[in-house]
Amino acid sequence: MASRFPATFRQLGVATRALAVFTIGLGVIYPLAMTGAAQALFNDNANGSIVQVHGKDVASDLIGQAYTKQAVKDGKPEVDADGAPVMVADPLWFQTRPSAVDYDAMGSAASQYGPNNADLLAAVQERRKAVADLEGVDPSQVPPDAVTASGSGLDPQISPAYAALQVSRVARERGLEVTMVKQLVKDNTQGRTFGFLGEPRVNVVTLNDDLAALK
Amino acid sequence: MSDTAAGLLQIGLLVALLAAVYRPLGGYMARVYTSEKDTRVERGTYRLLGVDSKADQTWAVYARSIIAFSAVSMILLYLLQRLQSHLPLSLGLPNVEQGLAFNTAASFVANTNWQSYSPEQTMGHLVQFAGLAVQNFLSAAVGITVAIALIRGFSRSKTDRLGNFWVDLTRSVVRILLPIAVVGGLVLVAMGVVQNLSGGHEVATVVGQSQTLPGGPVASQEVIKELGTNGGGFYNANSAHPFENPNGLSNLFEIFLMLVIPVALTRTFGLMVKDKRQGYAILGVMATLWTAFTFAATLFEVNGAGTATRAAGAAMEGKETRFGEWASALFTTTTTGTSTGAVNAAHDSYTPLGGGTALFHMMLGEVTPGGVGAGLYGMLVLAVLAVFVAGLMVGRTPEYLKKKITAREMKLVSLYILTTPSLILIGSAVAMGLETARASIFNTGSPHGFSEVLYAFTSAGNNNGSAFGGLSANVPFYNTALGLVMLLSRFLPIVLVLALAGSFARQQPVPVNEGTLPTHKALFVTMLVGVVVIVTGLTYFPALTLGPLAEGL
Repeated sequence: MASRFPATFRQLGVATRALAVFTIGLGVIYPLAMTGAAQALFNDNANGSIVQVHGKDVASDLIGQAYTKQAVKDGKPEVDADGAPVMVADPLWFQTRPSAVDYDAMGSAASQYGPNNADLLAAVQERRKAVADLEGVDPSQVPPDAVTASGSGLDPQISPAYAALQVSRVARERGLEVTMVKQLVKDNTQGRTFGFLGEPRVNVVTLNDDLAALK
Repeated sequence: MSDTAAGLLQIGLLVALLAAVYRPLGGYMARVYTSEKDTRVERGTYRLLGVDSKADQTWAVYARSIIAFSAVSMILLYLLQRLQSHLPLSLGLPNVEQGLAFNTAASFVANTNWQSYSPEQTMGHLVQFAGLAVQNFLSAAVGITVAIALIRGFSRSKTDRLGNFWVDLTRSVVRILLPIAVVGGLVLVAMGVVQNLSGGHEVATVVGQSQTLPGGPVASQEVIKELGTNGGGFYNANSAHPFENPNGLSNLFEIFLMLVIPVALTRTFGLMVKDKRQGYAILGVMATLWTAFTFAATLFEVNGAGTATRAAGAAMEGKETRFGEWASALFTTTTTGTSTGAVNAAHDSYTPLGGGTALFHMMLGEVTPGGVGAGLYGMLVLAVLAVFVAGLMVGRTPEYLKKKITAREMKLVSLYILTTPSLILIGSAVAMGLETARASIFNTGSPHGFSEVLYAFTSAGNNNGSAFGGLSANVPFYNTALGLVMLLSRFLPIVLVLALAGSFARQQPVPVNEGTLPTHKALFVTMLVGVVVIVTGLTYFPALTLGPLAEGL
């Protein structure tokens, strides 16, 4: 037994030196070298695929945003019980999906509601009615992505069906030709990579940035 | 193209990619662990470490080396978090609180990457890249070394030496994990994953609001998170976050990275025991189960059960538009079958049986194909059990790979098989018995609440790390209980496997005769599939009936 203790200490010494060596190699040199290489080779991607409108950074084309405005009640900006502004969809813009974090990009999260959760059921029904009212369509026409929150809370994309539902409203609110808005939607639609990877989708962020750039 | 056709093609491409690298990578890894030569970098490393690369260790010294290395790793990771505010690149974040720092240190050293915290609001860049990501490499390498030691137990005879842990560790990092990570990380950046040191970039949106976009050295961590079957997200949303996983292509690439080493290691095994068919048989068992779980999960998600799911029209709560149901279900099956625990969708919001499939997949013991190294040694232990069961049926002394399975080996196998389920079931029972622990449940008033707790302990006990994220786990009870479960369920089995390897290595090989059970044929593959499902099924069936089955049937 007596001889075991020095053996254990010996392994602890080796372990400490090994951890130091690997921390320098894998924890300092590796990430910094990768950052340097990524910045040199794929600068735009490495920095978050930033989109500009009129020369100003307005978004990342990968991160969703809220296209909302403060609600007005009795001629005054509406606030909730805590004094926080009540936000509603801004009809001038295409709408992204519901988000568990209101598109706060520093706090990505999903709702974590279970499939039979009563609160989720109520939220889905409420969203379905709100979307149907905004677009002036029958509630049965509202697609699933319009009434569900995404996994990240930052989903920049919606289904082509939900985009199509919003075209006539956006055209009307902006006084644009429907065909023109349809074309913009088409420009911002991505199919599946190689025809089978991922899902067909419309990037609302770049679509709205295109709308903003028109002005 | 229909969703089904696209989904099937996606699975087809994944299988084709894995098949293409199976032989080259499996063969390369076999050479890595049998080569007598050290590279210059390695010789330098051994000099710094003060180890003799030619001095093989007994199983006990090999085990002590792993424990010592993991212990100092845990201490450093704990200290980095506790001292965060004094370190550079902390982004102004405070020191991490004790219970959470313990849980996180245990989690990353045990290759689990359970996260009780939201990274954006808890961990600065330095803790992520100099602490957490380092363990993503090292804990993965430890898993591989144990698998290699067990293989040597079969391939060597009449020796008490299993190899040198420090050599196996260094080679795993220098020759396998790091080169793939460098290439894979840059591929991810090319696909859109971010890689910078920014603390946040503020933009003014077109509607006049402000949004701060997070930064970080994400790609360099993302790649090893998947490759090392770790799973800890740089961001809270993990691989659902567009900066971690921007499109369908990156999604498939990340799934590929999770599977590539565990799958190719079966080839390495076959080569090292000098019978490639044994490797194919083990791979056959893994692939059969993985395929069954993939189609089950997809079917349940596409079917879209649940009152809220039906009201929405599809199981899209917690899923990203770019992935939809098929690519989410494929990711989920892979992450729960490889002990990775990365998620590209919220498992808590899956349909009752879809989420239940993820839970049951972890309960198989992470062997389909399992974590890097851990999946292989886990499956080999089950293979020993299957041979033993077959031996009982015909009344012969069982043998596997020409090694006798005696009472000593079976004791070790039994202890291995009992460790994880005991920790999971006792942990879940204790949690459900404590009011403070029940208070963390988010989806209350239905069997789903129990599923959240069972999922947490199953994830910790199998070193997976994914979660039914509704559970508020950042409280003293779960931080402590899950931290202990992760450590015990990682390191007790490792010691048992090394003891088993030592025991096999000492034996003289027995000659094959007509009474030997062939362990490379379809009959044995079927038997082993049966053993995996029956052993785990019987263990967990009562618990599953109280959770996902009660909710879904």
